Amino acid sequence: MRLPLLALLARGPAHGYELKQDLEQLLGSAYPQPNVGQIYVTLGRLEKQGLIEGEEVEQSSRPNKKIYHLTDTGRAALRAWFAEPEDEPRVRDEFFMKLALAPQTGLADQLALINKQRRQYLNTMRGLSRLAAAENRDNRIAHLLIEGAMLHLQADLDWLERCQEELEEPE
Amino acid sequence: MSHRPTAPALRAEGLVKTHYGRGTPAHAVRGVDLSVARGEFVAVTGPSGAGKSTLLHLLGGLQRPDAGSIRLDGECTDSYSEARWAVERRKRIGIVFQFFNLVSDLSVADNVELPALLAGVPPKRARAERRELLDELGLTGKERSMPGELSGGEQQRVALARALVNHPPLLLADEPAGSLDSRGTREVMRLLSRFHDRGQTILLVTHDARLASAADRVISFFDGRIADDAALDAAPPHRTGISGVLELRD
Repeated sequence: MRLPLLALLARGPAHGYELKQDLEQLLGSAYPQPNVGQIYVTLGRLEKQGLIEGEEVEQSSRPNKKIYHLTDTGRAALRAWFAEPEDEPRVRDEFFMKLALAPQTGLADQLALINKQRRQYLNTMRGLSRLAAAENRDNRIAHLLIEGAMLHLQADLDWLERCQEELEEPE
Repeated sequence: MSHRPTAPALRAEGLVKTHYGRGTPAHAVRGVDLSVARGEFVAVTGPSGAGKSTLLHLLGGLQRPDAGSIRLDGECTDSYSEARWAVERRKRIGIVFQFFNLVSDLSVADNVELPALLAGVPPKRARAERRELLDELGLTGKERSMPGELSGGEQQRVALARALVNHPPLLLADEPAGSLDSRGTREVMRLLSRFHDRGQTILLVTHDARLASAADRVISFFDGRIADDAALDAAPPHRTGISGVLELRD
């Protein structure tokens, strides 16, 4: 969560709770709600690294709050983040190892493994469909996040299909 | 009509269909038993060429099986003639196809009303049904358009209205989003779910797992056979179950 927080602070100073709300609003219900404690911990770390600076602000009826702003180093880290492409998502290697090794162990059947894995993916897909249906239609970013997850899952399901086709063929 | 309230909407036993063309015979469906309960939404998925469209054609009487039998609402269809199947497809089975199959020189309104009129529904009621369905499907104002003037997504919605105008107990859908973009796919998915929520029995054939995940039950079809038949979780999405897929990295 470090860099998304830095990115939110690039617009201007904010306190921890505001950042939590901004993140929630941006990503909608699709994103597992960031816990506020986790945000404070991350902000503390960012401050220690010199990427942000906090300033205590007195509040009359409540404890002081800390307003953070991005430092020049923080802005540079953010630029570097945007400058680099990300790694590719990886094939589910754990499942692949099960599939590859099952015949030698005599403990599991490959087609049963595929079916089990497919059920899991389909249930997740169903959960994602429901999330998409429940999400505010105007929140395009949230819908893109869900759709991205669905397309990845679709690719995993297509690949399971390929495994099944290949393994069902008599050698 | 022997309409048995407890019988499944659809039941197939030992279905076999082989296509004999040039070259080696293609065993499209090789012994399929399948039951769809009333109100159920079942998706059949599998790679192209697995025989799933042939299966749907058999279930809708568009092709006849080499062996096996099909019951609709408990009623055996083995002795049905082509003409009888055509009547069933107007009254008891609605079908939507990948390429919509609308009548290109009839208006949207006429495309939807036609099956109602053919089924003997009085014109006034056919019009009312058409109006209600088009409204429901967000097509009000398109009544006078010709199918060619509509987008793919809109044409598929017209096809859905046509399939449902006679309130068939069973809806068969053959790759209904197969020629639509992502947005059109979502739209079809939303509509199928909505009709299903109201009790519509649906059998959907698709290679699209997103679409299939709208169903209560997913049948994986491989090489003419059912490889797996899984009920999907009816429970609302469990946050932690999918959060891993959506979680952004630390």
